[in-house]
This record gives sequence, structure tokens and C-alpha cells, in this order.
Amino acid sequence: MIADDLQTVLPEILIAAYAMLALMFGVYGGKDRVGGLLLWTTAAVFVAVALWIGYGPNETRTAFFGTFIDDGFARFAKVVILLSAAAILVMSQDYMARRDLLRFEYPVLIALAAVGMMVMVSAGDLIVLYMGLELQSLAMYVVATLRRDSAKSTEAGLKYFILGALSSGLLLYGASLTYGFAGTTEFAGIIAAVGEGDVPLGLLFGLVFMSAGFAFKVSAAPFHMWTPDVYEGAPTPVTAFMATAPKMAAMGLFARVVHDAFGGVVGDWQQIVAFLAVVSMFLGAIAAIGQTNIKRLMAYSSITHMGFALMGLAAGTAFGVQAMLVYMVIYIAMNVGTFAFILSMEKDGRPVTDIDALQMYSAKEPTKALALLVLMFSLAGVPPLVGFFGKFYVLRAAYEAGLGWLAVAGVIASVIAAFYYLRIVFYMYFGDEREAMDGGKNPVLWSFLMASAVVMVFGVVNLFGIEPLAAAAAATLVN
Amino acid sequence: MIGLEHYLTVAAALFVIGIFGIFVNRKNVIILLMSIELMLLAVNINLVAFSSYLSDLTGQVFTLFVLTVAAAEAAIGLAILVCFFRNRGSIDVEDVNVMRG
Repeated sequence: MIADDLQTVLPEILIAAYAMLALMFGVYGGKDRVGGLLLWTTAAVFVAVALWIGYGPNETRTAFFGTFIDDGFARFAKVVILLSAAAILVMSQDYMARRDLLRFEYPVLIALAAVGMMVMVSAGDLIVLYMGLELQSLAMYVVATLRRDSAKSTEAGLKYFILGALSSGLLLYGASLTYGFAGTTEFAGIIAAVGEGDVPLGLLFGLVFMSAGFAFKVSAAPFHMWTPDVYEGAPTPVTAFMATAPKMAAMGLFARVVHDAFGGVVGDWQQIVAFLAVVSMFLGAIAAIGQTNIKRLMAYSSITHMGFALMGLAAGTAFGVQAMLVYMVIYIAMNVGTFAFILSMEKDGRPVTDIDALQMYSAKEPTKALALLVLMFSLAGVPPLVGFFGKFYVLRAAYEAGLGWLAVAGVIASVIAAFYYLRIVFYMYFGDEREAMDGGKNPVLWSFLMASAVVMVFGVVNLFGIEPLAAAAAATLVN
Repeated sequence: MIGLEHYLTVAAALFVIGIFGIFVNRKNVIILLMSIELMLLAVNINLVAFSSYLSDLTGQVFTLFVLTVAAAEAAIGLAILVCFFRNRGSIDVEDVNVMRG
């Protein structure tokens, strides 16, 4: 019995054990001198575990009396989380090393955050959900403050911590109400207690509070206020990390709770999720227009994108979950490329984050400018790039679920959002002549940028076979 | 006779005080940390009250987890606060304003 349970959670145990060993090795084996080595090892471990999970047996297993669920949905999310975390780690090596930020704690904390995220998407119980979420959050608070001597980074960490703790409190209050009125913390028991039709008022309160907590974690409006400040203040590789893997984990967790624990009352949470989706899309699109800092811009961009992903979830169907998963994968692929570019923006060895610095960039670096153009078009959802298909999927899911108004709102929001993506392209190709940025010759960042742009162009053929995988994953969650 | 409702009312009141402490307080970041702690403790009262009412141990187990995590959270919060103080020389909420949101 216990051996089977341990077998099921082996990937998490492996990474957690690796993180502790790496910490010991860092402390006793040369402190920050081994930072680079640990970073590469961590990325390798992530990729190895992702391959192992991805090619593992395709069955649904539960462990520890149903509190931990290892199904197709969890495995899909875990592979995405681990691969994107590995990509961001590899990308950050050069940036961190040159700014003396490559402390050995960085890869260790990322590994612990990855364990938390994997537990989140596998949670089958409110306690497990909370532990996974906190492991991820606590690690991320520290990583956001990694640049200890910078006022911006510590302020970002402080804001992230206060608002993150507030959101955990909201989530926990919802969890306590759910426990009280359902009589159990297990999702299987909650869904039985909720039943179909009318939800007891206490459970409804629990659902609303928990949704507010999740909305904080996915940075959906109106719970987005931490996002721009934290994205701007945190070191750029950390921002890149926050924009990718934790978003997937929080989305996966959200989908897991609404379908596994409240799957009988789709109509009740559909309103909440649809509201979050529409507010996020419009707020992200409109507030980004006045931004001059590209990291803040990406923060608002991610708020808009989370709105779209939530639109898929709001459909409340298996196809909606599939659309959400496809959207998240595409969003992460685009963000990895865009952040590879932002990481390479520098002048005299200092990072630049001003959008103005991109004026006439195409004259100096035509290839990179072209790649960024592709990514910006894809983020805006211009056909025939892959970003368009992500949007198309969620719009179709929402429309088929009878949320036509939401789909129309999504189209309008994406037209507004196109403005600021296209403004970057405009600056690069038709801006004023300026003193250009130098540097940015890092081959790793260059390859990630180019790979991401190429994927955005050639992915239109069959989205690299992600659709059937997402469909199979969604089918294990919604039934 | 003190019943479940009384405990839930106290917990709800504490929780709301905690939230107000975060949003209304304009003085000191330490007070924010205390407000967060207050929110988590309100949740604990909820959990223990439900646990006793339902005669189900899960709620008390949950409480122990929450207590442990809250301690870790407070430690990290204070560590971040110390870093912040070193950079800015102040822990006033008004000084948390390098970036405008």
C-alpha cells in the first residue's frame, strides 16, 4: 500500500530530495561558485523528470487515500511546468552570472517551487492543495527578492509577499468553509456533498473565497494589483519564470478544483470564472497602453492572456479545459521567446527595460527584430501565427458552451490589446533613429528567441500535436 | 450555550479585521504581518470549530499544517522586511513606493 503510494509520488519526491541534496552541496561545496553547476544540473533534472512523466504509463492513479491524483491532466501540466522551468533556468544563467546574482540558492528555490507546482496540479484534497500552493509561493517570494541590495527587488518581494499571503488567507478561509459544510477536505467527498442543483450557501461562500485566492495566483483582474510591480521589480529571469510555470500550475489547480470538487454545479462557478475572464481581458488590454517599461507591459499582457485562458475554463466542458491547456502551452512558448529577447536587451552591460530603447532596432539587428515581430504578432493573436489558434480555441469553447457574449468580449479585448504589441513593432521598424542597444549576443538567448519564433510560424501545421494530448488530458479531468 | 455559530462569528470578525488591517493601515509593514497572522488564526478557529462540530479530526490536522506554514511564512516575511529596511532605512507603508502601481 504505502509502496504504491510512494511510487505514485516518486517524481515529486525525487525533485524534493534533489533540492535538499543540492542545498547541502551548495552550502558545503563552495557556496556561490557552484551556482552555475547547480543551475545546469537542476535544468537537466527537470528535463529528465519531464520526459519520464511524459513517457510514463498512461493511467490514473491515486495515492494516500485519494489526496494525491496522478492522472493525464496532472501529467500534462507537470510536463509543461518542468520544461518551461528548465528553459527559464537555462536562459537565466548568463544574465544572473554577469550581475553577480547566480547564488546557489536560486536553482534550489526554483526546484522547490517546481515541487510545489507539481503537487498543486495533482492535489485531490484541500490540505494537499494548500501545502503545494504555499511551497510554490514561499519559494517564489524569496526568488523575487533575490537581488537583496536593490530597493526595487526587495520592494517587489515585499509586495508579492503581502498580497500573496492575503490571497492564501482568502483561499484558506474558503477552504475552511468548504470543509465545514462538506464535512470533508477530499475533493471526491466535496463533490458528493455539493451534489447537483442548489449549492448550500456555506459551500458557495467557500467556492467564492477559494476562487478569489486562485485569481490572485493566476493574476486575474480584479486581483491583479501585485503583478505589474512584482514583474518590474524582480530580476528579469525571475519575472520570466513567474510569467510561465506558476501560471500553468495555478491554472491547473483552478481547473482541478472547479471540476473535481465543484463539477456538479458548473453554472455557479461559471459566472465567477466568466467575470474574472472578461475583467482581466479588458483591464490588461487597456492598462497596458500607457506603459513604457517592457516588463510592466508583459505583466499587463499576461493579465490579458490569463483572461483568455480563464475563458476556456469558463466554458465548463472538456473542450473548454482542452482549449485552456492548449492556450497555456502556446502562451508559455511565446513568453519564453519574448523573455529571451528582454533578457538580451542591454546597453553598456546594464539591462534596459525601456520600450523606447527599441526604436529602429530593425536597422541594427534585423534577425532578432524579425523574431520579435513574429512573437508580438503571435501574442496579439494575428493569424496565421500560432497565437491566433490559441485564441480561436478558447473563443470556440466559450461560444459552444453558450457564452457567446464572452467570446465577443474576447475579440474586442484582443483588438484593443493588439495596439500595444503593434506599437513595439512600429518602434522597431519605423521609430526615430536612436543610440542603439549593444550586446545581446548570447547564443543561448538567441536560440531560444529564434526557436520560439520558428515554433510560432511552423506550429500552424498541426500545433506540434499538442491538441490530441490536451484533449486526452482534459478527458481525464472532466467526465 | 456557546455553539458553532458563535465560533464562526468570532472567526469571521477576526478575518475581516485582518483584511482591514492590510488595506486601511498606512503606518507600518509589521502591522501588515500581524494582520496576515490574524487572518490565518481566524481560519484556524473556523477549522477547529468545524472539526469539533463534525467530530472529524481532519480539521485539526489541517490546523496544524496551517500553523506550521504560517510560521514559515512569517519567517520569510520578516527576512524580506529586513532586506527592505537595509535598502530604504524605513518600514513605513508609505515608503513602499519605488514602483507605482
